[in-house]
Amino acid sequence: MQESAINLAVQLIISANPDLFEIIGLSLRVSLSSVVLSLVFGLSLGAFLATDHFRGRQLINVLINALMSMPPVVVGLFVYLAISRSGPLGWLGLLYTPTAMIIAQTMLITPLVAALSRQVIEDLYNEYREQFLSLQLTRPQRMKALLWDARYSLLTVALAGLGRALSEVGAVIIVGGNIEHLTRVMTTAIALETSKGDLALALALGLILLSLALLINILLSSLNISARRQAYA
Amino acid sequence: MHNVIDINANKPVVGTTRLPTKAQPSRRSKLELNNISYSVNGKRILQNIKLNLPPQGITAIMGFNGAGKSILLKIMHGILKPTTGTVLWNQQPSDAKHRLTQSMVFQKPVLLRRSAKANIDFVIKQRGTHKPALRNALLVKVGLANKASQPARLLSGGEQQRLALARALACQPDIVFLDEATASLDPASSAIIEQIVSDEAALGTKFIMVTHDAAQAARIADEVVFMDAGQITEYASAEQFFNAPISQAATAYLEGRLHHQ
Repeated sequence: MQESAINLAVQLIISANPDLFEIIGLSLRVSLSSVVLSLVFGLSLGAFLATDHFRGRQLINVLINALMSMPPVVVGLFVYLAISRSGPLGWLGLLYTPTAMIIAQTMLITPLVAALSRQVIEDLYNEYREQFLSLQLTRPQRMKALLWDARYSLLTVALAGLGRALSEVGAVIIVGGNIEHLTRVMTTAIALETSKGDLALALALGLILLSLALLINILLSSLNISARRQAYA
Repeated sequence: MHNVIDINANKPVVGTTRLPTKAQPSRRSKLELNNISYSVNGKRILQNIKLNLPPQGITAIMGFNGAGKSILLKIMHGILKPTTGTVLWNQQPSDAKHRLTQSMVFQKPVLLRRSAKANIDFVIKQRGTHKPALRNALLVKVGLANKASQPARLLSGGEQQRLALARALACQPDIVFLDEATASLDPASSAIIEQIVSDEAALGTKFIMVTHDAAQAARIADEVVFMDAGQITEYASAEQFFNAPISQAATAYLEGRLHHQ
């Protein structure tokens, strides 16, 4: 079975199967969009929490850590309730669209990005703190400088987010509906093909997904290694 | 007066490179410490420090380990708040605006994960200006012109500290605090830093430096503040301090003996 799955995966790629590339394209679009949005929200929140010790900060940290381990289906359910026809955002007509999938994945990944980036930035801030105090940097200046200086370490955070996004199935199947040519991504396609008993196709899709994740990781890791050599990481 | 700046210069050109003129004349701040005390978890680190320092020259703060020298320096600079007492500059409480006329170099240089020149640019831009001429002059001054584009954290210890000093001078400060800035440097690197400090002091910048190096203090300091167990036990001209220390603690310190109160 493994051999036929590999052969099928190779055939699907070589033949430039349009359905396959549509699914890969949508998977990447949804995952990368949600990672970018999560980085915008999560890094801002992480940097904010790392650069000041205000009252309630610890509580927020605990909440973010708890949200990090929230099951995807629960996030999917919350988003579903919000955007379903009778929900408060039902008028937007987002249910069963890629946008809904991006929203769900963003909600899922943002706590992960916020928690990991807070730790990275806080470690760096402990090193820079007195110098920043001496220079009298404002909080936005501190956050900007720290985010820039931690940029290569934060790539690892982005990778963790991307990994979670690419492998996610529970939330996107609830809010996306796994509709062919509209909201079908690699993970939901794998789930569907497995349930239909087409294990070879499911395995082939799985191999392609794995290769994609591996390729992105190799690219970003080489960037990180090169940065470390220059002592920028 | 601006000299021609050779950005490819390799060696420090101490004493010959003039930095671009300060936008505003120095305010020549006089420092006054009134009954400064500092405690951590009930433990008293500084006790009733009273001190008036002149607005120019080089003041060395000396004393045994744990005497509270670095804490006092940070309180003067405003990055630590005293438990009691006040810090006055020209008889006014230290404020954010006044602190912009000060800068500090730490024992372990805290350099950003950027190139040498980007470290200086960071400070210049933070003050709302863009002055490549100032940055280049500073790099020449500290002998790092040929390493401007190198990652700051790959420089040697001495080069990193020279860069930290250049960055402190990029603020065009009236007062520079040095917290054992040459403690981990070889004699050659220390000598370069001493020369830069002496040159800048001659141009009107006030330096307040914590040091354990008595020879260094004797070479460049105009006056010495000696601390023991969180108190100032002696404040005298450098000549007087090194020739005839008054306190037993200072005598023991200069003779290389431990002093027990």
